Amino acid sequence: MTDLAERQKLSYIAAQAADARLNVELETEGMTLNIGPQHPATHGTLRIIVRLDGEQVVWAEPSAGYMHRGYEKLTEVRTFPQITTLVNRIDWLGSFANEVPFILAAEKLMEIEAPPRTQHIRTILFELSRIANVSLFLGDLGVQLGAVTPVFYAFRDREYVLNLIESVTGGRFHPNFDRIGGLLDDLPAGFITECKQVMKRLRAFCDEIEDLLFGNEIFQARLRGIGVIPADVAKQYGLSGANLRASGVDFDLRRDQVLPLAYDKVDWKVWTHPDGDSWARCWVRLQETREATKIVDQLLDTLPAGPIMAKVPRIIKVPEGEAWVSTENPLGEMGYYVVSKGDLGPFRVKIRSASFNNISVVPWVLRGVYVPDVISILASLYFILGDIDR
Amino acid sequence: MLAVEIPYWGQSLIRVLAGALAVLVPAGTIVYLFLFKMMSFMQSRLGPMEAGPYGSLQLAAEVGKWMQKEDITPAKADRRVFRAAPLIVLVSTFVLVAVVPFGPDAYFTQFDAGVFYMLAVSSISTLGILLAGWSSANKYSLLGGLRAAGQLIAYELPMVLSVLGVVIQAGTMNLQAIVFKQNTDSIFGWDGIGYPYILTQFVGFLIFMIAVQAELTQAPFDMPVAESELVSGYMTEYSGFRFLIFFIAEFATAGVFALIASVLFLGGWGVPFAWFDWTTIDSVDDWMNVAGPLLMLAKMTVLAGIIMWVRFTYPRFREDQLQRFAWKVLIPLSLANIMVTAVCKVVW
Amino acid sequence: MGRVRKPQIPGLLKGLAVTARTLAETLKPKKLGGGAVTVQYPHEKETPPIRARGVIGLREENCTVCMLCVRSCPDWCIYIEGHKELAPPRRAGGAPRKVNKLDRFDIDYALCMYCGICVEVCPFEAIFWSPEYEFSEPRIADLLHDMSRLGEWMETVPEAPALEAGAEKKKGK
Repeated sequence: MTDLAERQKLSYIAAQAADARLNVELETEGMTLNIGPQHPATHGTLRIIVRLDGEQVVWAEPSAGYMHRGYEKLTEVRTFPQITTLVNRIDWLGSFANEVPFILAAEKLMEIEAPPRTQHIRTILFELSRIANVSLFLGDLGVQLGAVTPVFYAFRDREYVLNLIESVTGGRFHPNFDRIGGLLDDLPAGFITECKQVMKRLRAFCDEIEDLLFGNEIFQARLRGIGVIPADVAKQYGLSGANLRASGVDFDLRRDQVLPLAYDKVDWKVWTHPDGDSWARCWVRLQETREATKIVDQLLDTLPAGPIMAKVPRIIKVPEGEAWVSTENPLGEMGYYVVSKGDLGPFRVKIRSASFNNISVVPWVLRGVYVPDVISILASLYFILGDIDR
Repeated sequence: MLAVEIPYWGQSLIRVLAGALAVLVPAGTIVYLFLFKMMSFMQSRLGPMEAGPYGSLQLAAEVGKWMQKEDITPAKADRRVFRAAPLIVLVSTFVLVAVVPFGPDAYFTQFDAGVFYMLAVSSISTLGILLAGWSSANKYSLLGGLRAAGQLIAYELPMVLSVLGVVIQAGTMNLQAIVFKQNTDSIFGWDGIGYPYILTQFVGFLIFMIAVQAELTQAPFDMPVAESELVSGYMTEYSGFRFLIFFIAEFATAGVFALIASVLFLGGWGVPFAWFDWTTIDSVDDWMNVAGPLLMLAKMTVLAGIIMWVRFTYPRFREDQLQRFAWKVLIPLSLANIMVTAVCKVVW
Repeated sequence: MGRVRKPQIPGLLKGLAVTARTLAETLKPKKLGGGAVTVQYPHEKETPPIRARGVIGLREENCTVCMLCVRSCPDWCIYIEGHKELAPPRRAGGAPRKVNKLDRFDIDYALCMYCGICVEVCPFEAIFWSPEYEFSEPRIADLLHDMSRLGEWMETVPEAPALEAGAEKKKGK
């Protein structure tokens, strides 16, 4: 395998060569192709404008905003308890994970800390939504690359996770379960045993996907060495999550910051990969899914007894101030910057969603690749439209 | 030979009807058995269950649905070509099935250059696909059509070369004679199972099946359709019954190629002649004209099952990887196979 | 394209084995633990968990028209109207009480986001979640459930589930 810098150089040369061919040597006219807004590979309404020379991309530009729902503005006319139900629609596949940083920011402003049992349950649900989210990615990866079967396995096994989430929160996709100072309710009886079975099943699913996709020589040929993002570029573009870790940067907000979540109480590992190519991104996600099942298992074993609600006034007024909390969401770093003026609702909320930053690298990484690789690179970057457009 | 004398027009009518049957029955079998049911089972679901017992009439429902749909031609499309393209693809299937022998007397036509003809007409569908892609006035279709052209031409060659091994071994290009040979030859004097060429031509069989997979644009070689990249490639702009024709042609061709593969490598319609003490093709009992097609259908089902199994499991190659695979792996391999076969033929 | 270290069984065959295994599992009769994971919906149904947020049931007599649910609804899909009424006194000889009577309690399920905030804030145990989910309508206007329709859903409201070990009993509902 060629080393990273060399591959980067090669892809740069390829892009330059494509430029040169297009503009100077042959004076051919490039073909501008709109991938999206309605295209099966953009799972939503992302539009990527690419200029092609043959099937080689010369220039690419993502154009977001087709599904802008104005959540930052909407939050300004909602009270704090109402906002969780809005924000869990941002990344709709891992929706509980969207609520956590917002609630933590509000708690930070109110100087409340949730009880330890709540922290545990929050972390469990957080990781469950990560599993639900990333397992769908693993299946979707197959569809993007033309294998129809993995996605059905992903839907099949994600269903078990969603059932778990539903049995706790009442909602499959939009739990709206996190409250300032605690949770809406405690876990229902029988959850721990059921959850452990599901985690076992999910590990089997990971093995199955590894056999079906990751071990497949065609799959490897499609992804290895494609869409290489070196560590410094990844940092410059503000990538986060598995995309960053796949470039060899050992950065995980679950471990690298102190939050009232239970990650420091379990033994787990941050997976990184030195290559930075599409394969590495997919592989890191696969390993993270496995790791998440282990985290959940350990948390279930060490679940402390106690209350789930801190002392919180009945009508929540958040004191004046500003707070920034970000967490390691399934897609990457997700953060909320909450400005409160001591009212029932926030004065301003800035949402930093992972996918928006993750796709900002698209123009850089797509230069010089072929059309099929556009799809595989987009698939491996893994974005959710709601997370881009908010 | 048949006992009753049928007038020429009657024979022609029977041929046409049987031809339609020979194309549509495999297509229907493949779609229902594999596309609806096997794929569903592989994905841990049941597939269509509502139309008819166990969803068996789903196919009729689908055809009815497609027939009802509006037949849209894009404003900027080259109308005539756009409309004709699906028919060209379908016609190539019908032309292809003409040389396939289904029984000692159950064949449409039979001539000595059967293999040559088969290989020649199988590329007509490429023309239809290219026309479809180009006339659609759609960039995705254009890319799909061009990919199809490149791919189908690249895989024509390994297919030809892999069949060559069989031709060398049989010493004839007549498909009927190839069937005859396979069922009368003996393996070192033992004639219990005849001598299906898959035994000696296994490499050829493998290459042939890979080439068929590519020729049919099934995954892992489905870049011309590539629904996640090119939306549907050359079929993007088609709707209604024209799309249906593409759809039928895709699976009918899969069936016909599976039939051809069973003729070339698995002994075709025949059972080992030694079982019934037949010696020549004329001495074969008449009931083989009924049993033969059924046997062919069974073999076709097995082969098409493998094609579909692979299709439902694998992700697709990239266009350049596919070309590399064809030119750097398959073609040298099939050339080596021909050489070995030729040497063996001379030695024994 | 990097050279891949060959595993012992080629990944291509492993993949085929995975799909074949699933095929066999699906074909295996249900009694032996096989069968598809999908449910043939109109013929057989899955039971949603107890806490599932399907539809809201209303216990009319508990409602005091306090409007808390209306105000806390993030998309304002609850409509309440009421009037004051004199009720007989609690003790004999006392002054008649003033009670709020519900005239209208509509929830527009075409707008509802099923967030559950209204059920959570209700201080008088008047509205509850029911896991019932089959109330789709051909006309969008029919998704506006009025008081009597919401009252009918009360029959489907289950008991709250028991809690996992280590949980503290919650006050109220």
